[in-house]
Amino acid sequence: MIATESLSKRFPRVTALDRLSVDIGAGVTGLVGANGAGKSTLIKILLGLSPATEGRAEVLGLDVATKGAAIRERVGYMPEHDCLPPDVSATEFVVHMARMSGLPPTAARERTADTLRHVGLYEERYRPIGGYSTGMKQRVKLAQALVHDPQLVFLDEPTNGLDPVGRDEMLGLIRRIHTDFGISVLVTSHLLGELERTCDHVVVVDGGKLLRSSSTTDFTQSTTTLAIEVTDSDEHPDGNRAVREALQARGVDTDNEGGGLPGAGRILLLTAQGEETYDLVRDVVADLGLGLVRMEQRRHHISEVFTSSDEQRKEATVHGG
Amino acid sequence: MAVEHPLATPAGDQSRIHDIGYRGYDGPRLGRAYARLSLYSQTLRGSYGLGRSVKSKALPMLLFAVMCVPAAIMVAVAVATKAHDLPVSYTRYAIIMQAVISLYVASQAPQAVSRDLRFKTIPLYFSRPIETADYVQAKFAALASAMFILTGAPLVVLYVGALLSKMDFAHQTKGFGQGLLSVALLSLLFAGIGLVIAAVTPRRGFGIAAVIAVLTISYGAVSTLQAIADAQDSTGAVPWIGLFSPVTLIGGVSSALLGGTSAFPGGHGPSHGQGAVYLLVIVGLIAACYGLLLRRYKKVGL
Repeated sequence: MIATESLSKRFPRVTALDRLSVDIGAGVTGLVGANGAGKSTLIKILLGLSPATEGRAEVLGLDVATKGAAIRERVGYMPEHDCLPPDVSATEFVVHMARMSGLPPTAARERTADTLRHVGLYEERYRPIGGYSTGMKQRVKLAQALVHDPQLVFLDEPTNGLDPVGRDEMLGLIRRIHTDFGISVLVTSHLLGELERTCDHVVVVDGGKLLRSSSTTDFTQSTTTLAIEVTDSDEHPDGNRAVREALQARGVDTDNEGGGLPGAGRILLLTAQGEETYDLVRDVVADLGLGLVRMEQRRHHISEVFTSSDEQRKEATVHGG
Repeated sequence: MAVEHPLATPAGDQSRIHDIGYRGYDGPRLGRAYARLSLYSQTLRGSYGLGRSVKSKALPMLLFAVMCVPAAIMVAVAVATKAHDLPVSYTRYAIIMQAVISLYVASQAPQAVSRDLRFKTIPLYFSRPIETADYVQAKFAALASAMFILTGAPLVVLYVGALLSKMDFAHQTKGFGQGLLSVALLSLLFAGIGLVIAAVTPRRGFGIAAVIAVLTISYGAVSTLQAIADAQDSTGAVPWIGLFSPVTLIGGVSSALLGGTSAFPGGHGPSHGQGAVYLLVIVGLIAACYGLLLRRYKKVGL
């Protein structure tokens, strides 16, 4: 889908992209990086709107330097910022955008109706966009990027400003763009946790350089981690420690969850070997007469891989999710 | 008793809603030229409020009516009095109505470009096949066409009226042609100036005020200076001063090259030679506006 070869973009003061070489296949790909890591610059170059200082890039097998218009005909783009006029309806707006992509009038209207339905906008699509909620606006932005049935869409921070429910819906929709619509997706985010759930492949850039590019399963597979939390009792004023010691006596090592989050110290992490680990934890906690507040599977988060693979300063910006 | 189970009939077959899933599009993609044309027609329609809210239709339609009504009255009077010529020449009409025209361009130029800037819709256009130049050409052409409709329609009214009252056909046709030529120049010039100002003022209110200010203040200042020059007997300066406002530029070209009468104080219109200078300045200004717009939109890309 996308291939870049030592792609660089230098501005008078900053280097936005520094000899970036990546190869992105079909499917949902996450492009991760802190603000200013070069994500938007990369998208601009891939759309053929900004010439690279050096190196080359291809989108759908077309050279970005010479085939910009042909690429933009087959690619959709959803910007990060607000981009909708408030005084027209979603239908009118998306029809106009479909025609701007080269669809004949009748096809533009049909595709608009279809696409708005697929992103989950129904009766409200005839009302002016000004009255929409943030979630609905994001859907309109997504619809205009999909209305011409592109082969590939660039989604720039599509979950920005959404509440947790809206975020989940948007992520589900992004997944469907590939599985149901057959359109490949390049989605940027600075939240790694989101991409972990949505993407097949993750590309991490920082300071314009490629930090890592691999499939999401590579990042997160290794082993299953179990997180448990217990109550305290009169007999065991520090329930956590009691469980820890009891488990240790049976040959299972535990770890306190790191990180500065409130309550993190109360969660024990241990490696699950299989079904018997769950039973063991249950029995140990029951024997001690404590209450089991939680026992859940944890996948290794990409952020763990990410922070350990690079210096700590990124933790502040990329920790979320 | 048959009515008892109306739902039992297998009517669901006709009324069931099928989710047919996602359908791809493999029809034609008409590309850049078509997209540019779509943008042109959308902007042109928008300039008269078509496809927009009732509120946005009010002002342009009102101004259109205000432009045409005096022409209709003139025709009516001319017919009633069996005059041999129209009370106002074709080239003069737009100059007389310049306040209405300025108001129109001030209200519609921001509507054509400021909205896209203000609501940041521009990146959506440029992530599609069209290029910066296509966008600028479409917007420029659309507003100029809208202005041409506004200024040309009353001339058509005058011409039809003149022919109906059996005025001299050759004379009227020549005047009508010259009139159309002068309003075409006016449309391009005013549209260019309006768009340049609107393109640097994303706030619509400021855009309207700025366009009105540039058009009317320059006209007021130039007229005043011309009047002073005329009163002080330095009549040679009158045509040269006229170069500094869009309205007098058009007026000057019309009187010098298109057979109109001069509206300048004392009737000191530009000579043929000066008329050529006027024409050059107008063409230069239109080109400059186009260049400035291109430069402006190169910057606001994505």
